Amino acid sequence: MMKLEAIIQPSRFESVKDALREVGIEGMTVTEVRGHGRQKGHTEVYRGREYTVDLLPKIKLEMVLPDKLVNTVVDTILKTAKTGKIGDGKIFISRVEEAIRIRNEERGESAL
Amino acid sequence: MKRAVWCCCLAVSIFLLVNPAHAQQAPASSTSVSTSPASTQVSKEVSDKLAQLDQRVTAAQAAGDNAWMLTSAALVLMMTGPGLALFYGGLVRRKNTLAIMMQSFAMMGLISVLWALVGYSLAFGGDGPFIGNFQFAFMRGVGMDPNVDYAGTIPHLTFMIYQMMFAVITPALITGATAERMKFSGTVLFMTLWFLLVYAPLAHMVWGKGGFLNAAGGRFPCLDFAGGTVVHISSGVSALVCALYMGKRIGFPKQPMPPHSLVLSFIGACLLWVGWFGFNAGSALAASGLASSAFVATHLGAAAAAMGWSAAEWLKNGKASALGAISGAVAGLVAITPAAGFVKPMPALAIGLVAGVACYLMVTKVKALFGYDDALDAFGVHGAGGTIGALLTGVFAQQIVNPIFGAGKPAGGLDGHWGQVGNQLVGVLIAWGLALVGTIVILKITDLLTGFRANEEAETEGLDISQHGEEAYYLDA
Repeated sequence: MMKLEAIIQPSRFESVKDALREVGIEGMTVTEVRGHGRQKGHTEVYRGREYTVDLLPKIKLEMVLPDKLVNTVVDTILKTAKTGKIGDGKIFISRVEEAIRIRNEERGESAL
Repeated sequence: MKRAVWCCCLAVSIFLLVNPAHAQQAPASSTSVSTSPASTQVSKEVSDKLAQLDQRVTAAQAAGDNAWMLTSAALVLMMTGPGLALFYGGLVRRKNTLAIMMQSFAMMGLISVLWALVGYSLAFGGDGPFIGNFQFAFMRGVGMDPNVDYAGTIPHLTFMIYQMMFAVITPALITGATAERMKFSGTVLFMTLWFLLVYAPLAHMVWGKGGFLNAAGGRFPCLDFAGGTVVHISSGVSALVCALYMGKRIGFPKQPMPPHSLVLSFIGACLLWVGWFGFNAGSALAASGLASSAFVATHLGAAAAAMGWSAAEWLKNGKASALGAISGAVAGLVAITPAAGFVKPMPALAIGLVAGVACYLMVTKVKALFGYDDALDAFGVHGAGGTIGALLTGVFAQQIVNPIFGAGKPAGGLDGHWGQVGNQLVGVLIAWGLALVGTIVILKITDLLTGFRANEEAETEGLDISQHGEEAYYLDA
């Protein structure tokens, strides 16, 4: 089992979500986050005072997947989240020790 | 023959009934031709009827005046709550939202009570040059009959409550400079003392009978229609003193502290604009042509200033911001406040435009230059705008709008009476002086008794929690 974290542009989120549903992904956690990689922020001015805003809004998707689905999901996200510009985001993949369904205490890949 | 005369008298008296104005210039001579009992009876009936009509016309005018004045009082209260509360509330960081709103609301409670107990009397009682007396304390003598010294067509109660709303909003303006770091206990004590020692004397000097600066007979007659000096200069200068005394917010100016909700500020600013019609046009104390003139001048001042600030910003930064536009409008409203009932529409535009640009420079350039932390620009907008407006009132006042010094007597510069600018300057200097000295003294007292500035931990945590035990937004609930 692998955990996949994807940080993407908020404007791409709806397309990514729809595409993932089509490849059979049934569960994910979505959070609104702020951050940046190499993307520069922007300047705001309030009554003559300038503020540099370099924490930009992004969407973070987290999902735990059976090993066989990882490549499909990565390809799907790459296809739908990409705009080609700096600020598109990143995908991180890590190994998961265990997954447990709370309702019936199922364990392992069948809990996903 | 007698019958013919009687019929004539009747016809004439019907004519007089329909045209009462003529009746004032044409006394009973038309009915004095015959002295028979029937026509004497008719002339008495006609006189009675005319007197009754006169009374009813006066009552109708008074009803119109009272309706407008009560509405105006409500509009001015709305300027404090929620107008100012929202305007300031949106400009602070989220953790201080309730605190700044609470300070405005507290004035609605505190100053209202103080006004009813002694404040009104100190401001409008007696006929001393510098302060009132206690003749109206506890609302003694304040009833439904008019107070002819101030407003002869409306109940005294109406005049009193209208003035109360001015007293409420003035100290609330000061909280803009001390925002995000002033203790609530210090606020309550400071504002009580400030109201009694600065506002009441200044209001008496400018508007009170016998006042030193009163346009009607004062030693230095100042034109302050709705409170440029009494409200804006006093609070603006006091705000600066407070900001300097209590020091900058932790993290200022390096740490970014942008407004947490310009939506709230926007709504607040619009409520202030609408409410200001009560503030300025209501200062005519009647539903009169002068009220209309003041209403128009107020609106044009706001509009021109909003455009002026926005234009200056557009030129300087390449973008006109929403915050700039609403700040500009408020600056224009401040500047037109002393002038509203004395100037014609075109000068009102000019005053607004000048104030919009000048206050923009005050708030961006001058504040940065001197480095003081007037958090919400109470001095930059009210102190500066009020001073500019007071001086320009001396320039643009015209007796054709308001023959304040007597019929035909010149009012301001445009009438050729340039000395009025000098009188305005005296008023400005006295307001500055009283605000400066008074505020320093009161700050010292407040600091000794309750403390003035919240401690570092309280300020960092946020005043909503440290002063009031609340959070403005419980978004997870």
